[in-house]
Amino acid sequence: MTEGTLNPRLQEIADDFNAMPGKERLQLLLEFSEELPALPGRYAADHDLLEPVPECQTPLFLAVEVEPDETVRLFFDAPPEAPTTRGFAGILHAGLDGLPADEVLATPGEFTSQLGLQDLVSPLRLRGMAAMLARIKRQIREQRA
Amino acid sequence: MTLPYDSAAKFQEYAHPQMIVSTEWVAEHLDDPGLVVAESDEDVLLYETGHIPGAVKLDWHTELNDAVTRDYVDGAGFARLMSEKGISRDTTLVLYGDRNNWWAAYALWVCSLFGHPDVRLMDGGRAKWIAEGRELTTVEPKRAETAYPVVDRDDTQIRAFKDQVVTHLGQPMIDVRSPGEYSGELLHMPDYPQEGALRGGHIPGAKSVPWARAAAEDATFRSRAELEAIYLGEAGLTQEDDVVVYCRIGERSSHTWFVLQHLLGFPQVRNYDGSWTEWGNSVRVPITRGANP
Repeated sequence: MTEGTLNPRLQEIADDFNAMPGKERLQLLLEFSEELPALPGRYAADHDLLEPVPECQTPLFLAVEVEPDETVRLFFDAPPEAPTTRGFAGILHAGLDGLPADEVLATPGEFTSQLGLQDLVSPLRLRGMAAMLARIKRQIREQRA
Repeated sequence: MTLPYDSAAKFQEYAHPQMIVSTEWVAEHLDDPGLVVAESDEDVLLYETGHIPGAVKLDWHTELNDAVTRDYVDGAGFARLMSEKGISRDTTLVLYGDRNNWWAAYALWVCSLFGHPDVRLMDGGRAKWIAEGRELTTVEPKRAETAYPVVDRDDTQIRAFKDQVVTHLGQPMIDVRSPGEYSGELLHMPDYPQEGALRGGHIPGAKSVPWARAAAEDATFRSRAELEAIYLGEAGLTQEDDVVVYCRIGERSSHTWFVLQHLLGFPQVRNYDGSWTEWGNSVRVPITRGANP
């Protein structure tokens, strides 16, 4: 996989969004927010293990684990009254969780602009998702170092 | 057609009780033909998770702003937006939202720039409606499109621009941001680093009254006596003052504008919507750092 192209799962998500008329894209984002898995017990019990992402309008917390075989595991926590932030996290979870570290690192930072959400969500709000991705990549690099 | 006002005792103490209604009032009048309820939130998806039955969605980021220029929609744009939402010039428009009605107050302020004759806030907003266990629906209402007239936006009465704030220096101003933003320790609001500025601090002479002090624990507005203690007592404002309020992009200060103008009845209050993202990035405007005005 080369830098600048989306992995097949993220590409499919982007295609799904772009295939829909405007308002239905918000419904799809809402589905991603509802499908975001709950935190596993070890993180729920010790919230300090999670990294805050203050760029999201409602604070979101995330954790990244790189397994010995380089598989990336992603964990997110955001309150139900922040469905947009949860939806962004849900997209990243669906598109990146379980992939090899190199594939996650190759995700282009500007992929958030390929979902057709700018006019519906606003570029300012979308920056929250870009910030999540940037932190995920940084954590992977730190854990491999 | 104007709907009756909410006669709740708390509201009668406010200067303009016609500008505010309770959740009870909304529940009682939901089916009245002259009413449109609109939800305006920080989180653009909250409406989709469930909203007051019949309520339309009004989004500040994507609908009330001009898409290119840093400005609000113009008269034609506002008319188009209101028409699409099924709002007429004679509609009683009730706004509510998340976060103590912060964005709903912003939407109300923008509607006021166009002089919408009857626009009100639902006290307590979305949080109170939900806390009371009232009905929510995900069904989007299908309102017939209206022909809202094109009305010029009037920026002269309740809106202040940077040059006007420069000439206003020395007169009363309220900075409604957090104490850290006011003092200049933070270049952005806590948790909002993308809306930063190159310089930190506040406009010289502006007093610090964080916006949320006007809200009680249940997201409703504090009583008139409590608000007077804050704004007349602590901040030292008087009714004769020409007041400018500001925050970071003008949304939190819309909430304080509503409090001063409509709950306390100050005749001259302007919201400087350029706020700190303009002032803190401007060349050679005066800035004060630290906790004192």
